[in-house]
Order: sequence, then structure tokens, then C-alpha cells
Amino acid sequence: MLYINCPHCGMRSQNEFSYGGDASVKRPELNKEVSDQEWDNFVYNRKSLRGKHLELWQHISGCRQWIKVERDTATHEIFRTFKADEEVA
Amino acid sequence: MQKYSIFNLVKNAFSNHENWDLAWKDPTPKEEYDVVIIGGGGHGLATAYYLAKEHNITNVAIIEKGWIGGGNVGRNTTIIRSNYMHDENGLFSEFGMDLWRKMSQDLNYNVMFSPRGIINLAHSDAQMNAYARRGNSMRLNGIDAVLLNREQVKEIIPMADFSENVRFPIFGGLMQPSAGTARHDAVAWGYARQADSMGVDIIQNCEVIGFDVSAGKIKGIRTSRGNIKAKKVGICVAGSTNILAEKLNMTLPIETHLLQACVSEPVKPVLDSVVTFGAGHFYVSQSDKGEMVMGGDLDGYNSYAQRGNLPTLQHVLTEGIAMMPFLSKLKMLRTWGGIMDMSMDGSPIIDKTHIEGLYLNCGWCYGGFKATPASGWTFAHTIAQDRVHELNAGYSLNRFSTGNLIDEKGLGTKTWIS
Repeated sequence: MLYINCPHCGMRSQNEFSYGGDASVKRPELNKEVSDQEWDNFVYNRKSLRGKHLELWQHISGCRQWIKVERDTATHEIFRTFKADEEVA
Repeated sequence: MQKYSIFNLVKNAFSNHENWDLAWKDPTPKEEYDVVIIGGGGHGLATAYYLAKEHNITNVAIIEKGWIGGGNVGRNTTIIRSNYMHDENGLFSEFGMDLWRKMSQDLNYNVMFSPRGIINLAHSDAQMNAYARRGNSMRLNGIDAVLLNREQVKEIIPMADFSENVRFPIFGGLMQPSAGTARHDAVAWGYARQADSMGVDIIQNCEVIGFDVSAGKIKGIRTSRGNIKAKKVGICVAGSTNILAEKLNMTLPIETHLLQACVSEPVKPVLDSVVTFGAGHFYVSQSDKGEMVMGGDLDGYNSYAQRGNLPTLQHVLTEGIAMMPFLSKLKMLRTWGGIMDMSMDGSPIIDKTHIEGLYLNCGWCYGGFKATPASGWTFAHTIAQDRVHELNAGYSLNRFSTGNLIDEKGLGTKTWIS
């Protein structure tokens, strides 16, 4: 069982959350020419590496907020959690 | 190579079976190979076998980080089927079914292929309509499909829950009678033994740490046991694909996710087909040892852990008990996990890459085991001829940018929802 520290509600079990994928993916900016490669990278291509992974989760059975979680994909250790609009250094 | 036969079995019995040849050797890597296959799983071993058998290319090495057959070919639920709606998937898998049927003779190794049939249960009228459509598509591609009504399903699996007041009543199902199971380890070992006998070097405990590429052409690989030159390199590493892709500065339409499976204690024969629940994601079959072999959803977040987490297992088995209540009486014997190369449309990639001489085989999602022979056969063709075969032409790497997706389930790019 994963325990995720929701920045709004505190420590909760993973059963309250739903996964939202890689949080480092950025949608191409509006009002500028977007190449096929940029769309490809946004829609399909993922690094999905072993190790630290920044990802989106939604506290769907709690505050219903989207949050960011920094987690290790090999050990499942969770290092830090952030609000959705927080910039991650 | 010593042939496995009843006569050799009797002959070796007189010497207490102490004089059998080793099934494959443990060679030191040579300096250079015509083809290097990275990944000694089912697909890699099959690729090497078909390179030797179909294309006469025997100066081949299989480079395996751990031991052969220790990844997903040793961790799956052994189901073999070709019940796909889309032409690309159906024709590819049905070609594989033919290889499965001949495999034990072809490899001189009993892979215990058991065409016991698979039934996908339907729990609504709409689902019955969808299955009728899929069944018709299958039959147009020459794949056997039978639409069963509730009574027909009840005859085959009377132990399923056919009571009136259940949340997901069984309306019927779609059956592929020629589908079945096989002994997964035997598949890996059979391919390894034959490939070895034709001159393929199976190099275990050898991790790939880098690639030598110059002027857009592959020159070789760097490994924990030294540099190996190669004219051609095939990557066939399932859940570890992204790790190797990073070393090549490639980003792929693949995410690595964890899939669990489990077996119950062995019980007397009760289930003689493979059955899938239609209102969620659960499937079950009974092994020759009597264990109920079960699986279902991904754990649901990117993972390389090769071990599972309980919430998903609980969720999957809840579905199992809804479908076949007697399962709740069984004790769990083992659970395990493997890491899946989940592609963005649920279909695999067998293709050339932008680097000359480098070939890619990945994206098998839940369906890697059954694809073993067809994947090896087409990947060997792609490598040997430097062009894709018509069977894997649809499994191109650029289908994502060109919009030619093969999205069998219509799920889109959220690989963890399934």
C-alpha cells in the first residue's frame, strides 16, 4: 500500500487516489507554430524511467484536488508531494 | 544436439539420467557478431531461433542481463489467443497460433500447448453486440469464433455465478475454441536449446550499458562483460525498453507498468477453458497442476518493481469472486509481478529505427507471451531482410505521428487505465 501525503489533506492511503501520469509533460504553448514532433512528444512519447518520477495523482475520494507526487518507480518510495500549480525545482 | 525422445529417455534411464547434454552452453562473448539480440526472454530467444532457422544467420548473440526466461516469459499467465478485431492484430496473432500448434515438434521440446478455448463473458446486450461484431471480424480473418448464449456458457462453466440477482449477470460470451495455454518456461527453454544448437551464443549475466553508434549506424554495444561489435542489433527487452532507449536518446510511446498475477492452491480439475470477466479485468484458467491461475489489472502507476501491491490484487480478486464465487474458498499460493512495456495504443512495435542496423521490438502490453513465436518470426525477418514483413508492417514506430494507431480497445494514451 502506498501512503501519499496530500498537500491539502495530509497522509492518506493510495485507495483514495487516482493516477494521472507523468507530470513533467508540458502541452505545447498556444499561439505558436507546433511541429508534429512536439505534438508527438506531448501526446505519446514518455521517458518512463527507473528511479525518480514526477507524476500527477488526483485525491478523488478526498479533496478531489490534483497533486504532484515525486516517487521512485523502482522502490515506490515517495519523496515529496506538491500542489498542482506548485513549480517543482 | 541430443534429441529428446522416448528412446533416449529409456536409454538415459540406465545411467540414472546423469549423461544428458547440457541444454545450452555458457559461452564467453566473441568480439563481433552479425546480429546481437538484447534480451534473453521468449521474444529474444525466438528471434535468434528464427534468424538461424529461416535466414541462415547463425553468428548471433543473445545478451541477457539476468538469466534467460527470468522476466515476463517466466511471469505470465500462459494464455495463447488470437481473438482480436483489428486486421493487424488478428492476422499477426493467427499466424502465431499456427506456430504454436507446431511448436513442440518444431523445437523437439514439449511446450504442453493446450488448445482449451477462451471465453470472454458478456454482461449486457450491448456487450453481446460488440462481441458479435468482434467475432465476425475474427471469422473474416480466418480465426475461429463462436458466440455463446447464457445457456451455452452455463454448460461449459457451470461453476460461474448464474444466479438471478447478481450485479453483472452473464448474458453470454465470445469463445475462441482454438485458444489455450502452454508451459511458459518450456517455450523459453525450447527456443534457447534449439538456437544454441544452431550456433547462437546465449550470454547471460551480461548487462548492456551503452551503444556504439557512428554516422547514424550501429557499430556495437557496450556491456558489463566488455564491448561487442555488431552489424545489427535488435532490442527486445519488454519493460526495460525505456532504459535502453534513454541510452540512445530516444523517447518512445511506451510506459513501464507493473502487472500482477497469482495462483491458488492446487485443486481437482474444475475449469477446462480460459475465462475472462467482461465487467472489469479478471481472467482465470486452471494449470495442469490444478492451481487456479488468475490475473487482471495493472497496479496503475509507472513501476519497475517486479513485485505487486495489495490494493490491485484485492480489486482483481473481488471481480474473480463475483464471476466464480467458489474462488473465495481457495487459499492463495503465490503472487508475483512483472513489468510491462505498455504502448500508447495497446499494440506492439516491431520496426526499424532511425539508426541504421538498430531494430526495436516492444510495446507488448498484456499480450507478450502469446505473441512469442510470431514476434520472433517477424522480428527475425525484419532484422535479416532490413525491412518489415507484411505481418508486422502495421506495428510501425511512426504510426503514432502518422495517426495510424491500432487501438484495439479504444482506450487512448492512458496506459495505466485498462
